[in-house]
Amino acid sequence: MIEISRLSKRYGEFTAVDDISFNVEPGQVLGFLGPNGAGKSTTMKMITGFLTPTSGTVRVCGHDVEREPLAAKACMGYLPEGAPSYAEMTVRGFLEFIADVRALPAERRRARLDDVIQRLALGGVLEQMIETLSKGFRRRVGLAQALLHDPQVLILDEPTDGLDPNQKHQVRTLINAMAKDKIIVISTHILEEVDAVCNRAIIIAGGRLLADDTPQALAARAPSGRLDDVFRQITTGAGAGQEAVHA
Amino acid sequence: MRNVAVVFRREFASYFATPLAFVFIVIFLVLAGAFAFYLGGFYERGQADLAPFFNYHPWLYLFLIPALSMRLWAEERKSGSIELLMTLPVTTAQAVVGKYLAAWAFSGLALALTFPLWITVNYLGEPDNGAILAAYIGSFLMAGGFLAIGACLSAATRNQVIAFIFTVVICFGFLLSGFGMVLGLFEGWAPQPVIDAIASLSFLTHFGSISKGVIDVRDLLYFGTLIAVWLAANAIVLDMKKAD
Repeated sequence: MIEISRLSKRYGEFTAVDDISFNVEPGQVLGFLGPNGAGKSTTMKMITGFLTPTSGTVRVCGHDVEREPLAAKACMGYLPEGAPSYAEMTVRGFLEFIADVRALPAERRRARLDDVIQRLALGGVLEQMIETLSKGFRRRVGLAQALLHDPQVLILDEPTDGLDPNQKHQVRTLINAMAKDKIIVISTHILEEVDAVCNRAIIIAGGRLLADDTPQALAARAPSGRLDDVFRQITTGAGAGQEAVHA
Repeated sequence: MRNVAVVFRREFASYFATPLAFVFIVIFLVLAGAFAFYLGGFYERGQADLAPFFNYHPWLYLFLIPALSMRLWAEERKSGSIELLMTLPVTTAQAVVGKYLAAWAFSGLALALTFPLWITVNYLGEPDNGAILAAYIGSFLMAGGFLAIGACLSAATRNQVIAFIFTVVICFGFLLSGFGMVLGLFEGWAPQPVIDAIASLSFLTHFGSISKGVIDVRDLLYFGTLIAVWLAANAIVLDMKKAD
């Protein structure tokens, strides 16, 4: 369970995230939609404890991210924007490092490593340095890292960015397979992805939460029945900012 | 403790994943030897000690340690891996200490590899090995001081060159404050306690007294405090600036 209450982040005069509140329950795959600079990544960085909110609270698995950061971080897997990792490490070395930090017990460790390596098809590049990998492989290494400890909560910032259509499909299948009892939050600006994997979508723009509904119900708001029309209408239309929050 | 060890191991191994370790160690050894033999007159002095070798360590460290420390945090910030590290279940303090200790251990390794010089001096004469050991400890502590300053400044920027330059400047200040020339500026008008305080801030003063073979608690305390203060500053800077 993720509970976000009146979350704001300001940088001087600029408000990146403006008083956002919502909860996410197990079984939900939440798509975080918004134009570039809308505050998607900033919100995710606050959920994962990388950024400290200016005001408001985030609780993950019952732990306040600011007050009990370690407990909250332990139950989360996070793929930061751009899938950063340690370029000079081999894929195997990097995943072993993550397993060490996550303190996976010896009997689970081997099984978990094998599982993510197989799921993300990393078997062929295990001994390669991460800096020599293609963008798609790096993204998959980032995903493997996030999944390694089989977390209850997954926060994925643009998980399919830079992947080819086949790889996109694989990652979506992967997310769908895990969706049943986990909480998954993905940010994206690819709208068809929301249709493919999410059962809930939040649209934010200018740091404010503008819509919160199922993708189907959102799409139905436009006469055309297309999600991108609704997206454009909400984030750029005259009504942007005043659009009623539909929960 | 366990997390510190995990961060330490990753960081220490990362030196050897690139030519950095090799280049640093070779240059350190070549320069340390060159200073001892050519500038220090190791043979010409006709004395069986390593003073000409250790005397140049502060100046050697002034340029080599910032080269080692500049990447500590600036690189993590530049590549974005800091976001990964800080969202893993590791506290800021554990990350700061783990990475710092890895850099310190690496500089200790480079220092330890100067052992042929110690063998040489023992072959040529009968040096005071206790004093040599003390000087090695002093040199290692001094490297730790330089590194703590460099680690903190590396966290303040994502540009390694800027981190390098600032570290050299600040370390230079810490060296100079014990220099006769600088202290001379204060003599005559400043009260003696002030002059002593300025001199006591210097690496040279404390390294000098340890390398004479006397390990004084005050010198240990000086380096311990210096390292602790700069690492605490490192953690604060990191929390403030990590997302910039």
